Amino acid sequence: MSVPALEVRGLVKHYPGVKALDGVDLVVRQHEVLGLAGENGAGKSTLLKALVGLVTPDAGEIYVRGEPVRLRSVVEAAGHGIGMVFQEQSLVPNLTAAENIVLGSEGAAVRRGLYRWDTMRRLAQEQLDKIGSHIDPLARTDSLSFADRQMVEIAKVLRIEQRSQHPPVVILDEPTSVLESKEIETLFAQIRRLREFASVIFVSHRLDEVLDVCDRVAVLRGGQSVGEVTTEGAVPRELHRMMIGSTGSDDHYHENAAVAVSSEQPRLSVRGLSGATFKDIDLDVAAGEIVGIVGVHGSGREDVCRALFGAEPTTAGEVRMDGKRIDLTSTRAACAAGIGYVPAERKTEGMVGPMSVADNMTLTKQKARCTGPFVAPGKQAGLVDRWIERLSIRTPGRDTAIGRLSGGNQQKVVLARWLVGGDIRLLLLDHPTRGLDIGARSEVYRLMRELAATGVATVLLADSLEEAIGMADRILVMTDGRVATEVACPNGGKPSPLDLVKEMV
Amino acid sequence: MTNEVVAAPRRSSRRGASFRDAGPPVALVVIFAVFAALSPQFRSVENVQNIVDAAAVLAVVTCGITFVLMMGSIDLSAAGVMGASALTVSLLVANNRNDNDFGLLGILVAVLLGCAFGCLSGLALVLLKVPSFMATLGVSAVGLGVATLMFAGVQPNITDAMLESWAVERFLGFSYLTWIAVACIVVGWLIQRYTRLGRYAFAIGGAEEVLTLSGVKVKPYKVAVFTLAGAFYGLGGVMVTSQLGAGLVQAGDGYDFSAITAAVVGGTLLTGGRGGILHSAVGVVLVMVLTNGLVQVGVSPYWQGGVEGLIVVAAVAAAVIPQRRRNQVVK
Repeated sequence: MSVPALEVRGLVKHYPGVKALDGVDLVVRQHEVLGLAGENGAGKSTLLKALVGLVTPDAGEIYVRGEPVRLRSVVEAAGHGIGMVFQEQSLVPNLTAAENIVLGSEGAAVRRGLYRWDTMRRLAQEQLDKIGSHIDPLARTDSLSFADRQMVEIAKVLRIEQRSQHPPVVILDEPTSVLESKEIETLFAQIRRLREFASVIFVSHRLDEVLDVCDRVAVLRGGQSVGEVTTEGAVPRELHRMMIGSTGSDDHYHENAAVAVSSEQPRLSVRGLSGATFKDIDLDVAAGEIVGIVGVHGSGREDVCRALFGAEPTTAGEVRMDGKRIDLTSTRAACAAGIGYVPAERKTEGMVGPMSVADNMTLTKQKARCTGPFVAPGKQAGLVDRWIERLSIRTPGRDTAIGRLSGGNQQKVVLARWLVGGDIRLLLLDHPTRGLDIGARSEVYRLMRELAATGVATVLLADSLEEAIGMADRILVMTDGRVATEVACPNGGKPSPLDLVKEMV
Repeated sequence: MTNEVVAAPRRSSRRGASFRDAGPPVALVVIFAVFAALSPQFRSVENVQNIVDAAAVLAVVTCGITFVLMMGSIDLSAAGVMGASALTVSLLVANNRNDNDFGLLGILVAVLLGCAFGCLSGLALVLLKVPSFMATLGVSAVGLGVATLMFAGVQPNITDAMLESWAVERFLGFSYLTWIAVACIVVGWLIQRYTRLGRYAFAIGGAEEVLTLSGVKVKPYKVAVFTLAGAFYGLGGVMVTSQLGAGLVQAGDGYDFSAITAAVVGGTLLTGGRGGILHSAVGVVLVMVLTNGLVQVGVSPYWQGGVEGLIVVAAVAAAVIPQRRRNQVVK
């Protein structure tokens, strides 16, 4: 067998208080698509960053085609033929596609600081031709669709061939998270083409995708390599188990903890709610009940959820909490009525990244941490520590900036924000498990069950149909801004995803 | 089959002007038409010449500030740098205070001094990590201090024939200063379009992080952009000296704010990554037409400052509102 394109031996990286990588071994063969699986915090992103020179490992070696290398910057990594398509799309939106493709390695396109647009266009076209894309190289990047931008990113990464004489290693970090299913298929076709002349490392949260497109999957757990799976004939569940480390409970959604719902008086009662993107929404949620709302993109379900929190204007309709009518013109009114909202965009809407865990947790319920108009540090500390313990939030301390926690722990803090006041009656969860790994998801589900058991009503916009079916007691299907139908979803009588899809389109 | 990747070619919006880019020029035409209809005085040839000539210095200063704004930084140093440059040039060309008579060389030194001040702002930003707002405010104060030292209580009146002629002599109906401004706009546009410096300034405003991840060292470009801007301010100070016939500490008074106004009105976003030299040129003319037009139709000049302020706020609001909807988060 030929020498591996890339090999990692015993890679170690410490961060204060955390061992991100604890002796990782990894082999990427030539012309292979290698999947990399692991929960959040398993060390995937640290490993990838080490491979492109953004992180300097404390110990261990990296070999490129058998030669030991030190990678101290993106440029050095590119010199060895390693390039990465980053998770958050990393193109400059206000430049042309061509400029993005050659960015940092303009070569003949820029002479003495002067641009040669024709040369640049030609160089970019060469790259786009390699992947068979028909994008206009001189189009502004922000005028392109997500899928096209991804193609531009791949074309850009392939520029590393110019710096190294060898077949490149292309790393794709969560490339599918922003794509629609059709675009994902196109991307997969691209990946299979890449294999002809490159090696690929593919990372995704969706294990079915990993199994679909990869030849082999390496699994990381707690900063260590725990094994690998040849994808031929493998099933997602096997991978799950390797990632979590135990065989795991099959009761992923904690259905055993589901509570019986009394339907006498609904906690939340919505009648004829209308807004810009939805019309005549009727919705009842009883105390302790979890109601899922499903629908395709553009069904208006996100806006209904925001409207219930007073964050989206409504034109008609009435909302009652425990029979009392509430006025949803501001989020403040919703908070006062005991409504909590966990937004889908955690990083921009759900939390204040540089602020501490404690401050994030008490952001809404200022009273809980204050004596009179003043913050009482002792009071806040006690309260926050109690919730950190209760939700087993893994953080170095309450004063750590929330942005430094893993996604799952961030989400727990966001949830805790609504719990510290002790007056929560209705939770609106907009994709609460988006971007979380399986372990963290499971904990969020458990938390939802616990809250339901205390009588909190929940409206859930699930990340997937499976999640909606697993968690909800009842599911509303929305199409084109209206409630199309309602499906009962009791334990033991769950509908199949197919039943729901039929109603959604 | 495998090679057929579906992607429709998108020709519609390549490079070209978007709806938003069309706003300021359309506004310029409309406002000009309104004033022209209201006031025969306004639409006279002499008045149009006046407007354009009066715009010259502002245009040069705005060229400089545009590069900084495109990058997403801000520059408040124009007034101080212009003061220092005005005193420098007036003491180096023929004047009543000393025996110097360096002519063009003196002008060059004044422009280079502007570069030095710009470089200082840039270095404070990237090395000391002082936000550009504070760094340039400080540099402006330093510039005024340097100017005051050179002024030393006695106003230097220039006697240099060439520099004096810039403000007086005309070519094709416009003063030499105006042609200098036109040259600056052309040079600025070329820099923006055809140099790495210009494109990177634009890119830094768009997504600085991406440049870093692509292996581009951003800091030297930031310093270079501030240095370039300083050169424009230095030249602006020289031009004011030509107009006044003397070197004054206050040569740049108000230009810092007016230049930001003009750039923003022209469509350059304070958040960076959008706009450019030509936008700013339109903005400069727009601001000058407004101030001139208001006077011509009988509005007291005392109102001008306030009106200018309102225009900035309105222009920023108009630029930001469509974005607010899309991003839902605006600070």
